[in-house]
Amino acid sequence: MTALALSDFSLVTCLGAGRDQTIAALREGRSGLAPCTFEALPLDAYAGEVAGLETQPLTNEWAGFDCRNNRLAALALRQDGFMDNVAAARARYGAARIGVFVGTSTSGILQTEAAYRRRDPAGNLPPGFDYAHTHNTYALGHFVRDYLGLKGPAFAVSTACAATSKVFASAARMIAAGLCDAAIVGGADTLCATTLFGFHALGVMAEGPCRPFDAARNGISIGEAAGFMLLERPGAAHGADTVLLLGTGESSDAYHMSSPHPEGLGARRAMALALAQAGLEPADIDYINLHGTATLAGDAAEDRAVSTLFGSDVPCNSSKGFTGHTLGASGVVGAVFGALAIQHGFLPGSPHTNRLDPGFGSGYVLTGRNARINRVLINAFGFGGVNCSLVLGRAA
Amino acid sequence: MRIYVEGVGLCGPGLADWVQARPVLAGRAEHVPGPTALPPSPLLPANERRRAPKIVKIALAAGAEAFAAAGRDPAHTATIFASSGGDGDTIHDILSSLASPQRELSPTKFHNSVHNAAAGYWSIATGATSALTSLCAHDGSFAAGVLEASMQAAALGQAVALIAYDVPYPAPLSAVRPIGAAFGVALVLSPLPSAAGFARLGLTLLPGSHTPSFAASPALEQLRQTTPAARCLPLLAALADDVATVVTLDYLEDMALMLDITPRPAEGWQAPA
Repeated sequence: MTALALSDFSLVTCLGAGRDQTIAALREGRSGLAPCTFEALPLDAYAGEVAGLETQPLTNEWAGFDCRNNRLAALALRQDGFMDNVAAARARYGAARIGVFVGTSTSGILQTEAAYRRRDPAGNLPPGFDYAHTHNTYALGHFVRDYLGLKGPAFAVSTACAATSKVFASAARMIAAGLCDAAIVGGADTLCATTLFGFHALGVMAEGPCRPFDAARNGISIGEAAGFMLLERPGAAHGADTVLLLGTGESSDAYHMSSPHPEGLGARRAMALALAQAGLEPADIDYINLHGTATLAGDAAEDRAVSTLFGSDVPCNSSKGFTGHTLGASGVVGAVFGALAIQHGFLPGSPHTNRLDPGFGSGYVLTGRNARINRVLINAFGFGGVNCSLVLGRAA
Repeated sequence: MRIYVEGVGLCGPGLADWVQARPVLAGRAEHVPGPTALPPSPLLPANERRRAPKIVKIALAAGAEAFAAAGRDPAHTATIFASSGGDGDTIHDILSSLASPQRELSPTKFHNSVHNAAAGYWSIATGATSALTSLCAHDGSFAAGVLEASMQAAALGQAVALIAYDVPYPAPLSAVRPIGAAFGVALVLSPLPSAAGFARLGLTLLPGSHTPSFAASPALEQLRQTTPAARCLPLLAALADDVATVVTLDYLEDMALMLDITPRPAEGWQAPA
């Protein structure tokens, strides 16, 4: 593919709002996971909750979109001058020439959970509940497009935990075909009872904070995140430190709805396709941001796939010990961590992971260190056996 | 951007499949609306045929018919799933459980609740290891699917499939999100002319607000207006009638998708330059 520039990017997780707070936490090795107090749900688990969303409603013309997911999206869009850069792109290209391709798994379903608790005796939902602008999968795309004043093609991708990775591939195809000159990619997923109790029912929730790739790992901690990137063709304004999208790879396991292929065959194919699209060999990659959710089966399958393709020399880590598993947002969280690693020359470690699984062969990094990083591969996998890998690289 | 239609699959109210529905959609046979029959798919293992979510059944039925018509193998074909929501019954069951004191969820219902559930079952049923995606643009999800499918076909230089479907929510969600009927449609689309390609679509995005093309009869037009996946009906009418025409499909509030439809000429497609 023709490389695209990440002209700007923005992220909010439990580590903080914006790039400075995020890189500071990565350098300190500081996890944002804490005992889950979300909505006082009776769950013995840790979570990566973004503080303060309860007191930041969307108001005025955005009030109809008000729900936790769109609040977090708005908070991310307001960080680091992202909206100013989008406004400049809008002036350059025209609002109808900038696409919006965002990912989410549960969108604003938390709003409907609350509405179900407030059903009247006849079973009707409370007045004022707005399905289209909150719960619907596209509610996030609709909100982001309107909030940024854009009028180009748009949709939401909802492929479970690979959603915000696949949007990079969709945007790159749209730009290549000439239907857009630039695109907003990324997305948001927020805490809700559906996913907290759902993963609990599956028996894959860790008791303490999640420990990716640890010999004693025992499941995931759920987090929430919103992250967005502005993609366009590289031009004269892009300096040597600009991060480029070099390749994407998509595959399916054809194996099981909620368990990965044990040999990680689908994961391996997605990584190989992303490398091929970028025109790179495995040895060209300096850092792999793993999916690494800290489940027994998931980490084992990914380690198998990564060590088969890359051996044990390429440093890799999972973001989940920092942020928890941010589900549909995990792809863009990985992409932002990868971009920050390139721009700041810092290879992040893995808080809460103490003793690597002795059966694993990949080059897992426990403690962060300074390192020149030119090219990063980012993995995201999801329910339905969906796999997506991204390759990012330094412009020069 | 141009793309060739190689096969169509259909499953809707009074529209049992594409072969049965073709004269109805072309206006040559009467449309007799009735509940959408959701056939148990032979693609699923016996124990899952009846209990699979409705969106899975409808997606598999429409998809299988389109692939058979096109003579393509789903195992090696990138497929785009488009729906205005997930499986309504599953989501209602989960929300009801979460509002009850026990709050216990079924692990199967939880994995069936994801928007890409149909894509996951399809992958397992057909052995599809290629890229499968699942997307939503509320009422414009069909047009969004056509866009993504066309982009993937162009990027891969290979045929892809689009499977779009919607199933009504049960109460109380049906009151805030009414959907007219269960409806599924599938198209196998090739970036190159082929023996199976029976029509060519030229795609144009139209910024601004546009009046969409209407369906052929009042009953079909009601289906088009009330069921997001059925926003495809003007396209299906042209394909069924084998006529050259231009249709405008609903996409976003301020953007429509125009399709310039050309049936295969009697002498066949000219080789691309």
